[in-house]
Amino acid sequence: MASEQEILSGLAEIVNEETGLPTDSVQADKSFTDDLDIDSLSMMTIVVNAEEKFGVRIPDEDVKNLRTVGDAVAYISQAQG
Amino acid sequence: MTATARRVVVTGMGATTPLGGDVRSTWEAALAGRSGARPISAPWTDEFELPVTFAAQAAVPAADVLDRREVKRLDPSQQFAVIAAREAWADAGTPDVDPLRLASVVATGIGGIWTLLTAYDTLREKGARRVLPLTVPMLMGNGPTSAISLEFTARAGAHTPVSACASGAEALAYGADMIRAGRADVVIAGGTEAAIHPLPIASFAAMHALSRRNEDPARASRPFDTQRDGFVLGEGAGIVVLESEEHARARGARIHAELLGAGLSADAHHVAAPEPEGAGVNRAVRDALHAADLAAGDIAHVNAHATSTPAGDVAEDKGLRLALGGAADGIAVSATKSMTGHLLGAAGAVESILTILALRERLAPPTINVDDLDPDVTLDVVRKDPRPLAATGRLAGLNNAFGFGGHNVSVVFASA
Repeated sequence: MASEQEILSGLAEIVNEETGLPTDSVQADKSFTDDLDIDSLSMMTIVVNAEEKFGVRIPDEDVKNLRTVGDAVAYISQAQG
Repeated sequence: MTATARRVVVTGMGATTPLGGDVRSTWEAALAGRSGARPISAPWTDEFELPVTFAAQAAVPAADVLDRREVKRLDPSQQFAVIAAREAWADAGTPDVDPLRLASVVATGIGGIWTLLTAYDTLREKGARRVLPLTVPMLMGNGPTSAISLEFTARAGAHTPVSACASGAEALAYGADMIRAGRADVVIAGGTEAAIHPLPIASFAAMHALSRRNEDPARASRPFDTQRDGFVLGEGAGIVVLESEEHARARGARIHAELLGAGLSADAHHVAAPEPEGAGVNRAVRDALHAADLAAGDIAHVNAHATSTPAGDVAEDKGLRLALGGAADGIAVSATKSMTGHLLGAAGAVESILTILALRERLAPPTINVDDLDPDVTLDVVRKDPRPLAATGRLAGLNNAFGFGGHNVSVVFASA
């Protein structure tokens, strides 16, 4: 079980691997599409890697509700709980 | 060629090969007669008990050149293509060209096989949800040309001729046709391959196409030698920038060579074995000479396909002899696969670059490991050391590339 801070830094690493964005730019209030410019293919790659890293399942129908990085952290935290 | 036809020139070259990470290092290694073959540094040769444990791996790993993100998002075949294309584009002086007049024609014989088979392993071991979304763009055969079209904003077309080991040469022929037909002014053209993976090795070995000289890799690729026993699998890419002469002159570009013409034929004989009398080779070479408006006696140098297989090398000799007749006696024939190994879909492109360099530098590279020339070979094979070509006058040369499936491609170049 990871804390929300640990999830955030783990997610930032995944986003960095996929997009090259610096990890410190991946903040809870950032929108994946509007702020981080992540397209749908990259988003699905991030989801696959997050499922593997955090041992959770993020169904496709829930992915579209993950607008910000904070949404994803909260979702993963709850799914782990 | 008619007087009004658009002429096609080569203004840029790029390569990453078993001999070097760029054109210059590849050429210097070829002149020095160095072999790029070595034992494969991966655990899977033992794991699968492969009958062949060596290959000609890229001298500079793509991961040493590209950033980490590019390595993750591009199949190795795409990585090699991008590296070679960047070099070629810079070498051409980063042409200022309308995107609608710029095309990409980049071939591969096998495509994204590392991605395909790694994704299948993931599917079997971890299930469908773990298969990455970029799997298809990375495995598709048009992936390399797509990556280059995207990077250089080439919108006149992005194409991928697939003809096994003739693919790279066919890409150059297709690119030149696009310029002559007026579909583009500049074409980024070439071939790429990254198939040093246990499955292709097992498959080629099952055909008895690969040399099994595991104890002495550097001596394994020996085209035209009596002791040749198959080819050495290589990897890498070769990319050129083709340009209409008018466009190149208008921007003051340096011209490496002119692509005078190409000939293409199909054997329709056997899926893998060459037509033993060289009839298809003969037709491709004759058509190439016709397209170039040259006679056999105008050719100074041939970079042969010559892969080091027992049947193929002799069939090529016969085909060239049929097409060139007595003029063949005065032609310096080099088989550079003796050093690079066989880069499959990249071979025709890399060897076209070596042909262009031979004409430009007036020096035919050697064919190494020809200790005992096959008595059935009638051509004048350049052995051991590079051979100077005529010191003056315009030089013309020919590159051959043939592929499983019966594909024959011959491309004619002339020094600028």
